Amino acid sequence: MRPSVDQIWTWLDAVPDPEIPAISLVDLGIIRDVGFDGETCVVTVTPTYSGCPATSVINMEIKAALHDHGVERVELKRQLSPPWTTDWISQSGREKLEKYGIAPPQAAGGPEKCPNCASTNLERLSQFGSTPCKAQWRCKDCLEPFDYFKCI
Amino acid sequence: MADALFETLLRLGDNTLILGHRVSEWCGHAPVLEEDIALANTALDLLGQTSLWLEYAGEIEGAGRSADDLAFLRDAWDFHNVLLVELPNGDFGQTVMRQYLFDQFNLMNLRALTGSTDNRIAEIAEKAVKEAAYHVDRSRGTVVGLGDGTAESHERMQAALNILWPYALELFITDDTDADMAKAGVIPDPKTLEADYRATIEATLAEATLTLPDAHFGHRGSGKDGRMHTEHLGHILTQMQWLQRAYPGQAW
Repeated sequence: MRPSVDQIWTWLDAVPDPEIPAISLVDLGIIRDVGFDGETCVVTVTPTYSGCPATSVINMEIKAALHDHGVERVELKRQLSPPWTTDWISQSGREKLEKYGIAPPQAAGGPEKCPNCASTNLERLSQFGSTPCKAQWRCKDCLEPFDYFKCI
Repeated sequence: MADALFETLLRLGDNTLILGHRVSEWCGHAPVLEEDIALANTALDLLGQTSLWLEYAGEIEGAGRSADDLAFLRDAWDFHNVLLVELPNGDFGQTVMRQYLFDQFNLMNLRALTGSTDNRIAEIAEKAVKEAAYHVDRSRGTVVGLGDGTAESHERMQAALNILWPYALELFITDDTDADMAKAGVIPDPKTLEADYRATIEATLAEATLTLPDAHFGHRGSGKDGRMHTEHLGHILTQMQWLQRAYPGQAW
């Protein structure tokens, strides 16, 4: 029997991002559509950054997760337009990021507060970080460096 | 038309491929860790853009070549990048200056390409333009910081500009392929981007206390049409393509 589209979304919401396992692929906003073409489940995915090395792992994990739930035929579609934006990160995703120690993206272009001590006395160390989607900041009160999720 | 489109896509993809490879040569060697990470991330974005351009180039060519085939199995004379991106890195200042000169062009070109009559090109540009804007933000800031920095950093940035500026002008040469593609609305006519580019660069240089060299020539566009590259491209390829040449067809 074919699972419902809602069921597929729920399963995908349990697949962690390979580089930031605190949030799911659905939280990240990169799953753009789920549907069926006959018996084939079609999942439309948009890349975060064009060179993000996690993209191929993400595709593999989507297939693996759905196969585990008995969905035999899975087709992945890449969608470039409209391009991914950090506005698509869900509210729960933002909260999970902050709890994990990564300041969520802000339209102002920098973190709102330190994810460790909530201070707003912050400085930027580098516009880039350990993955394409992050930058390095530091709290000038608790002195902890932390990742900031770049706003794009 | 298909030939001109294939050539246009190779120019876009080869510029980002060769510059991405050059920038990646800094990995593990940059003056401070933060810069090392920034350079590696910039290279990664450029390689990501490369894979989108070259994948489409392979489809247009219709000979069954993938982005990887095009990157790793062509020889120097089949590359269509401008000479600017294949020049050696020089010191850190020269690398940053080259990056800024390219980033500013890339941003303006991609903005125009978002309105391309070719949907796939417009989509790729829409994706890449966000990354390019972030790159300009950083390379521009670093040019200003180093240009208007110490006497030593100022001198090195001016020396870098003197070497690189004539090469940057190749980006704005319009040849027959460009003219055909521009007429069809696929790409902007390169020479129409030059005035805006020059004005933007000059504003940055003024802030950086640097001056454009008195160069009345641009290198003649022999990189983009593949007629003649510098001696450096072949050396890049020996490293970049080594694995596929030594072990043909080897996969990850």
